[in-house]
Amino acid sequence: MNAKELVNEYLSSGHGCCPGCGMPIVMRHAFQALGGRTIAVITAGCFGTISGAFPTSPIKLATYNTPFASTGAAASGVRAALDMKGDFETSVLAVAGDGGTFDIGIQALSAAAERNDDFIYLCYDNEAYMNTGIQRSSATPWGAWTTTTPPTNLKNQPKKDIVQIMAAHRVPYVATASIAYPEDFIRKIKRARETRGFKFLYVFSPCPVGWRFSSELTIRIARLAVQTNLFPLYEVEEGERYVLNEDPGGVPVEEYLKLQGRFAYLREGDMERIQENVDREWKRLMRRVEGS
Amino acid sequence: MKKLMTGNIAVSYGVMLSRAEVISAYPITPQTTIVEELSEMCSDGRCKAKFIRVESEHSAMACVAAASATGVRVFTATSSHGLAYMHEMLHWTAGTRLPVVMVNANRAIGSPWNIWCDQGDSLSQRDTGWLQLYCESAQEALDTVIQAYRIAEAVLLPVMVLVDGFFLSHTSEPVDVPDQKAVDRFLPPYRAQYKLDPADPHTFNIMADPSIFIAFKQDAQKSMEAAKKVAARVDREFKAQFGRGYGLLEKVRCADADVILLTMGTAASTAREVIEEYRKKGKKVGLCRLRMFRPFPSRELVKVLSGAKKVAVLDRDNSLGAGGILAQEVKAAFYGGASKPKVFEFVAGLGGKDITPETIGDVIEHTLNNASPGGESIWMGVQE
Repeated sequence: MNAKELVNEYLSSGHGCCPGCGMPIVMRHAFQALGGRTIAVITAGCFGTISGAFPTSPIKLATYNTPFASTGAAASGVRAALDMKGDFETSVLAVAGDGGTFDIGIQALSAAAERNDDFIYLCYDNEAYMNTGIQRSSATPWGAWTTTTPPTNLKNQPKKDIVQIMAAHRVPYVATASIAYPEDFIRKIKRARETRGFKFLYVFSPCPVGWRFSSELTIRIARLAVQTNLFPLYEVEEGERYVLNEDPGGVPVEEYLKLQGRFAYLREGDMERIQENVDREWKRLMRRVEGS
Repeated sequence: MKKLMTGNIAVSYGVMLSRAEVISAYPITPQTTIVEELSEMCSDGRCKAKFIRVESEHSAMACVAAASATGVRVFTATSSHGLAYMHEMLHWTAGTRLPVVMVNANRAIGSPWNIWCDQGDSLSQRDTGWLQLYCESAQEALDTVIQAYRIAEAVLLPVMVLVDGFFLSHTSEPVDVPDQKAVDRFLPPYRAQYKLDPADPHTFNIMADPSIFIAFKQDAQKSMEAAKKVAARVDREFKAQFGRGYGLLEKVRCADADVILLTMGTAASTAREVIEEYRKKGKKVGLCRLRMFRPFPSRELVKVLSGAKKVAVLDRDNSLGAGGILAQEVKAAFYGGASKPKVFEFVAGLGGKDITPETIGDVIEHTLNNASPGGESIWMGVQE
């Protein structure tokens, strides 16, 4: 990435993100890579809330806000309308958090993927309902504190594997991405733009407030998530061909966990349990990569 | 050209002739044949719309609303539970000021399960910001769909066209299908005043804080009020071009009537016959069929009903704890006015129970034979 690429800003200052939020970095990269010939479809959640208040908006793209459960359906509607006008150049970018993707929005998302409608669906995952104040979602990792999984009752279920769910739809392109690896992220957005059909981009989005870490650590934590193999960077084509983009070797997951207050309530043996799970998931992914 | 068709097929022809560009719907009885017919029309090229087969009614409304915001003419259809499932999106679509047209085939909402006609599904959505037009015939359904686009695109509010499930959706009658060129003259292509456009980027539905939210709502209220005049004008123009008009309401022998029966939808067809029987017996009975429920044409309705001594309101719906919804609105319309006929309230035909000539006869008899309404709705034909 060079300075030239940063010229085209479509997310200006004036948004309402918390200091150190990973999400506006996700959106800046996505908007820059897509360019102005884009219509954004946004739903409830952090991004829907920070994107200004009438009559101003920090988003310099044509943007449509739609209720929580409807992101996939609304993006399909925009795409269909553009197609009817003969506009096949404009990209449609649907944006939702983990709540809007894993939970309340999964029905409309799955349907749009099954129809293979031609748009990019970007999920920024901050691993809980952060906009309403840190409540657990099905993307919250095992052992994490949230306001609805207090220290006496920490999240006791593993995170839902949304990438596998989307890959199982046999859509043309599914990819994970990280703000700590911007070149890789931007390449994936551009590839998604050039690919016809349904594209799912799943981007890791650290949340200083909800994860209880100091706001200057956002990129470091995003990078550690990749380095520990906890959030692997990979692509899935047509639901079958797996391509690994980074093979960092596996920093101990403790390095990632110990920076975050949300994991402060782990008991003896929990770190090891999480490490075992990360190792198991990584092996599973490697089998898929080697098998394709 | 006249063709024999059901109400649902007539609706589909209306949508095709209106040149809808994006259609999205989810099947539900008794609306399903609209979806099926439009799928056929889109597949064989008669209807040049993109048909998106969504997984739910919530998504259907979200999809057409977003397409409408992108600047094309859209359509969806539903019934009952599907309409209830859309509830959030009904508010959203009206709030976004999108000229979406939808047909709802009226069907009771469970529990218990019931697939047959009543108007409780749409009347319980009366506060969502949609215009509501209740049809009596397949011809009127076709014509009203075409009119609905003209009205919606003028006032920037969505329009719900109502057809009674089965009684209208599934019964056949000869329908005059207008010529496409004539419809094109009446309904020019949709030119969106505001739309999602990368060349002129704006944000739809951004946060409006307490200092400004109320202004959006008042603006919509003014447009909704203006919709009465717009709908009346559109109907007059339609009549001038196609020879058929329906008005905001229809009067049958109301001018000298002592008792006027007020209802909506297909029950009016049965009532017409019964009214004539009473006239033959020398009883001054009239019928008023309300076509427009939202916006509620209070002034027009009061003008028609205020000459009568008694009004019998026949509701095919009920708001638990408050009574028939049409009756409530009529009573409110009279409040504070000079003339107040006595309003008798009847609830009938819920969940598809037939409203027969005998039912209507009983309603009229009760109204003729009692000096005052008892204060509560009278429920017709309930099995003990």
